[in-house]
Amino acid sequence: MIRFDAAIKLGTFAYEVAFESAAGVSLFGRSGSGKSVTIALIAGLLRPDRGVIVVDGRVLVDTEKHIFVPKHDRRVGVVYQDAQLFPHLTVRQNLLFGRWFAPRTERAIGFDAVIETLGIGHLLARRPGRLSGGERQRVAIGRALLSSPRLLLMDEPLAALDDERKMEVLTLIERLRDGFKVPIVYVSHSIDEVARLASPVVVFSAGHVVAAGAVDEVFGPSRVQAGENRFARSSIVTGRIVGMNAGYGLTEIGHPGGTIWLVGAAGAPGSEVRVVIKATDVTVSTERPQHLSIRTVLAGRVAAIEQEDGPLAAVTIDLPVHGHIVAMMTRMALDELGLVAGREIFALIKTVALDERGIASAGK
Amino acid sequence: MFELSPDEWTAVKLSLRIALTATAFSLPLGVLAAYALARWRFPGKFLFDGFIHLPLVLPPVVTGYILLILLGRRAPLGAFLADHFGIVFSFRWTGAALACGVMGFPLMVRAMRLSIEAIDRRLEHAAGTLGANGLWTFALITLPLALPGVMVGAILCFAKALGEFGATITFVSNIPGETQTISAAIYTYTQVPGGDAKAWRLTAIAIVIALGALILSEIVQRFASRRLAQFE
Repeated sequence: MIRFDAAIKLGTFAYEVAFESAAGVSLFGRSGSGKSVTIALIAGLLRPDRGVIVVDGRVLVDTEKHIFVPKHDRRVGVVYQDAQLFPHLTVRQNLLFGRWFAPRTERAIGFDAVIETLGIGHLLARRPGRLSGGERQRVAIGRALLSSPRLLLMDEPLAALDDERKMEVLTLIERLRDGFKVPIVYVSHSIDEVARLASPVVVFSAGHVVAAGAVDEVFGPSRVQAGENRFARSSIVTGRIVGMNAGYGLTEIGHPGGTIWLVGAAGAPGSEVRVVIKATDVTVSTERPQHLSIRTVLAGRVAAIEQEDGPLAAVTIDLPVHGHIVAMMTRMALDELGLVAGREIFALIKTVALDERGIASAGK
Repeated sequence: MFELSPDEWTAVKLSLRIALTATAFSLPLGVLAAYALARWRFPGKFLFDGFIHLPLVLPPVVTGYILLILLGRRAPLGAFLADHFGIVFSFRWTGAALACGVMGFPLMVRAMRLSIEAIDRRLEHAAGTLGANGLWTFALITLPLALPGVMVGAILCFAKALGEFGATITFVSNIPGETQTISAAIYTYTQVPGGDAKAWRLTAIAIVIALGALILSEIVQRFASRRLAQFE
């Protein structure tokens, strides 16, 4: 589907990246790690010094054969962080812009279906200047989609939105991906978004790929430091919804290691969900806790301990059957508890730290 | 008092015709030059920029004289155009229009260039990834967004062309009915005894036309800023 191998030097930034993906892919990394350069290279906004880029069996770039398909011929849609709607055109004209240029035989995606899925029918006559951030981004996604692209590139499409809108637009992106069968290259520096989309992940750092694979693998035990920021470190636990406790407004999620309680509704009983748990929200105990407010307790075994000279340590806990969870703690706590690999341990997660926003529906 | 004599009326009509012709022919070239300066990188861009601005800084008489040397009837280029295309500039109203166009060109390009540079290039990139090639992107995105600046540039060029004197009189002289514009006519009337009343009348007309152009450009500017406010 996508074969990407390119190198470019931009000032002092040396970029050399190669990856392949059968369908959609998420590009993850801090800002300045080369994700957006990748998007620009695939879209044809940048010309690599060396490289081959193949999308859907079509060679877009091959520097050795002197192939460089210009951006207007690539049929690759781009959704930018800040929408980039044409200010002098109405929403309808914006939406139809790319469709008009798409070859008639390839207009696979229906206008009405897109409008309905994105819920933007009431905006058609307006100009972009009067739209809210979420509305703008939905129109931008519709515009890119209606050009019937072979590939949709999304460069931090949620970055300019508040949390509520983020979830709303992310849900739409999932629905579009599954409904219209357009592969998406999704760029983000948020583990939550990447985990939720559940596409294979390519992790970038300083213009190079440092890890690649399935979400659970990539964010697995001590493979990736999500920046140096401990608050960005998360793990993903997959469980199955048991049911909803309507009286308390909590969702019960079953896992071999214990029960996960979640604030709010998360889906139908029986469906599989991924819960994103921040490492800083996890407490560990060597005994099953009592007299504590903590509701979510997962039993497991210490798999690995990462510590350096700093005050903090990360403990990876293997959960029964499958999965793992990372807990961030001070080195002092680690020493006083005497944690060593293989020891049986309990991971305590504050239920209030988890709500439906931390939920990712399991990938298809 | 305000009855125009036929030769005064001729000067007014001629001035308007020359200024409109100069503006109409400068417009596409001006847009192209402004776009090139705003968006393209090419060797000699600095020189090109300087060349376009030359009429703004040179004494108008020098510009007129250069035109005369290049395009006079006996000049190689002038003779070539006359022999092969039947285009004659020297001592014709067309020459006056050319001189006015050349003088107004830098003003026009400056205004247009600024408005093109103000357009977010990422909008043009977005149009490109949606399938629009360079020409379509220009026609559907760049030009409409730059339109207020383009109009202001055209009005500036028109106003400059209307008042042009030095280059015109040097290049095509001061022939009543052919190259005698309002400015040239006023100059002529002030040189002869009893011409004051005529000069006054033409002065009043020049003021009216100039004010009209100013007001028009102000309206365009306001309309443009209102539209821009609507965008954001």
